[in-house]
Amino acid sequence: MANLKEIRNRISSVESTMQITSAMKMVSAAKLKKAQDAIIQLRPYANKLTEILVNISESLDNSEENLFSTKREVKNILFVTVTSNRGLCGGFNSNIIKRTISLITEDYKNCNSSIISIGKKSSEYFSKNDFNVVSTHDDLYNEITFEGVSKIAEGIMNVFTDAKYDKVILVYNQFKNAATQIIMNENYLPVETPENQTTIIGDYIFEPSKEEIVQELIPKSLKTQLFKAILDSYASEHGARMTAMHKATDNANDLKDDLTLFYNKARQAAITSEILEIVGGAEALNG
Amino acid sequence: MILEIITPEKKAFEGEVVSVKFPGISGGFEILNNHAPIISALSKGDIRIITADNKTENFGINGGVIEMQQNKIIVLAD
Repeated sequence: MANLKEIRNRISSVESTMQITSAMKMVSAAKLKKAQDAIIQLRPYANKLTEILVNISESLDNSEENLFSTKREVKNILFVTVTSNRGLCGGFNSNIIKRTISLITEDYKNCNSSIISIGKKSSEYFSKNDFNVVSTHDDLYNEITFEGVSKIAEGIMNVFTDAKYDKVILVYNQFKNAATQIIMNENYLPVETPENQTTIIGDYIFEPSKEEIVQELIPKSLKTQLFKAILDSYASEHGARMTAMHKATDNANDLKDDLTLFYNKARQAAITSEILEIVGGAEALNG
Repeated sequence: MILEIITPEKKAFEGEVVSVKFPGISGGFEILNNHAPIISALSKGDIRIITADNKTENFGINGGVIEMQQNKIIVLAD
């Protein structure tokens, strides 16, 4: 028979863990709301930007080659992995790491792969396991700003235009809803020219020339794409953590119920045996 | 005409305006009502708006793009 005090201790430790997990769930829920708002804010910007870009590139001759869309034979490849700084969010980080490894070892095994890591979790993993980590950006999450992300994006664009890498792939969690994340591996560079859609093109005046505007717009849209990936990942992180903590709280509740039942049974058994002893003792005196 | 200024982080301005002055990449320019459709790149500088009730407002930007179509201006600013 388990010691009553022991069970009581376990119940109280489960209870305090439950308090922590449910508090973390609340915090994540609040942060999720914020992160979701940020994405919703970004969407009109991103959509409009692609719209203008499509509008212009449609009226441009495709003969013109642009620095960011040059396709080269893929030998050196750069992965940009977006994970979180903190754990306790289910398979959120390990999914990204797994996907990246499978891309490196299967799809692109004949290429030299390098990694730019955003988020402590993937930075730690990839540096520990001897992958070629070019740079890490873990402090970005203290405050996610467009400028901060722009700098990273500019860095990536520079190494691409210097022909150091022939292809850049983004690996991140796309936010679908609080409970589901979609792991995405997206081609970042070279830029694929947007699909021609039948949109109404007004008779625009271009100021300065179309070409210059395109040169201006493409880096901008690349920055926006990275920014969106990071915001997506940030929202997913909180969604994943919220779900994980919800499950943990539920499990703790179950465990607590089981333990309480067990505790009561043990207590009853102890009382019964005590009564039996007393009765037995009394009977022995009478007898 | 209607003006919208959108940044990646938020919508900075939306409303009826009389005229807007932009820091274009090849020099500043002003857009009045019923301007022809235009797409232009902007450089670092101030956007000066005169709203429908004759107030002047300023927005500092680090660059951006504007699109004007059917009396609606959309500014994508950084």
